[in-house]
Amino acid sequence: MQQIINFVIRNKTFLLFLLLFVISLGLTIQSHSYHKSKFINSANFLTGGIYEGASGISDYFDLDDQNKILVEENNRLRSQVFNSGDSTVVGRSSIDSVSYNGRYTIQSAKIINNNYSSSKNYLTLNKGEKDAIKEDLGVITSKGIVGIIDNTSNGYARVLSILNTKSRINAQLKASNHIGSLEWDGKSHVNTVQLTDVSKFAPVKIGDTIITGGESTIFPKGIPIGIIESFVLDISGDTYTIQVTLFNDMTNLSHVYIIENLDSEEIKLLENPIDE
Amino acid sequence: MNSLNINSIVRFLVLILAQVLVFSNINFIGSINPYPYILFILLFPINNNRTLFIFLSFMLGLFVDIFSNSGGVHAAACVTVAFIRPPVLKFAFGMVYEHQTIKFNNTEFGNRIIYFSILIFIHHFIMFLLEIFNISNILLVLQKTLFSSIFTVILCAVISILFSNKQR
Repeated sequence: MQQIINFVIRNKTFLLFLLLFVISLGLTIQSHSYHKSKFINSANFLTGGIYEGASGISDYFDLDDQNKILVEENNRLRSQVFNSGDSTVVGRSSIDSVSYNGRYTIQSAKIINNNYSSSKNYLTLNKGEKDAIKEDLGVITSKGIVGIIDNTSNGYARVLSILNTKSRINAQLKASNHIGSLEWDGKSHVNTVQLTDVSKFAPVKIGDTIITGGESTIFPKGIPIGIIESFVLDISGDTYTIQVTLFNDMTNLSHVYIIENLDSEEIKLLENPIDE
Repeated sequence: MNSLNINSIVRFLVLILAQVLVFSNINFIGSINPYPYILFILLFPINNNRTLFIFLSFMLGLFVDIFSNSGGVHAAACVTVAFIRPPVLKFAFGMVYEHQTIKFNNTEFGNRIIYFSILIFIHHFIMFLLEIFNISNILLVLQKTLFSSIFTVILCAVISILFSNKQR
């Protein structure tokens, strides 16, 4: 017994190091599985508050750009109203809740922290549970999609960016109904993502538009994502992997919209018994 | 001794805030960020309690992790660097360290850069390895480590030069 105690005392530095290293490894591994990084995230009172204060200052330097983006969006919406008989308006925004019979509700929010340099990027929003923000709501801007909310606190929410190797979003070609899964490999340039598992029979053309598919309960169908930059057939020869250039500039985001699908619980309830 | 502690606490807080609000958002040429918050570990007084030092390093990394949503990668890297600091000190400063008379402000610039570089490189390597967490992307890890390390070493050298004169 004496020897064990002596051993612990002699090696207490090493043992402490080992303990702390294992704890941090555990946290790292936990953060790699979806929906489990509850403890270490920036959507809490302290970090959210600090980020909000800092973004209050830095927002002033960006007012010009953000105004321009808002004016562009107003412009497009206005032309949509004036030409409402015309369904072929270029870049038609499909988040108009009227055309979805009120199935979606939309809230605006502001990004207070934006990351795009690591392989697992997250954003922090200034709205949380007190504004009825929940997990698994979609986040978009006027130009395209941003990500999915994966963690909330009372006043803040964390968004799993599409620039995160964990992110998987259902997407499809605009020209046909061939679906694929939108991923990011962590190495590409920040405004390029990959659309994988597209059938080899799909009419893929460079310059075509990619939109969200209707298969997920998170995003409505038809939100623009980006255009096809290049594509290759997989080694197996069955599916295409498509490089998509995003419409959004992920490095310059400020105002976003949070979409809630009011039917999502009903759809999930209906689908779950089949899985069992 | 007391002023030393206050100095360390202030350094701890200021470096974390500077890291998460400024240095993590530099994104030089797309995605290269420096991590000069590690200066806290590099310049921590040597004669102090080692157990406390390792624990403080862990907290430092954990705070940066919470802010940057990275699980525990900074904490793991910081703890490792804190643990292997004594041998690196011995290697970089030689006899001066053996006699326990070392003060970072009085060391030679070249020695200090070597000491910084070794620890920063190890820190960044562990951090990026855990962050990417995929051994088939080892080239990407090395590339990120190299670029970020150069950036951090330069920044750390500049910061330590700027602030050392005042303290002397």
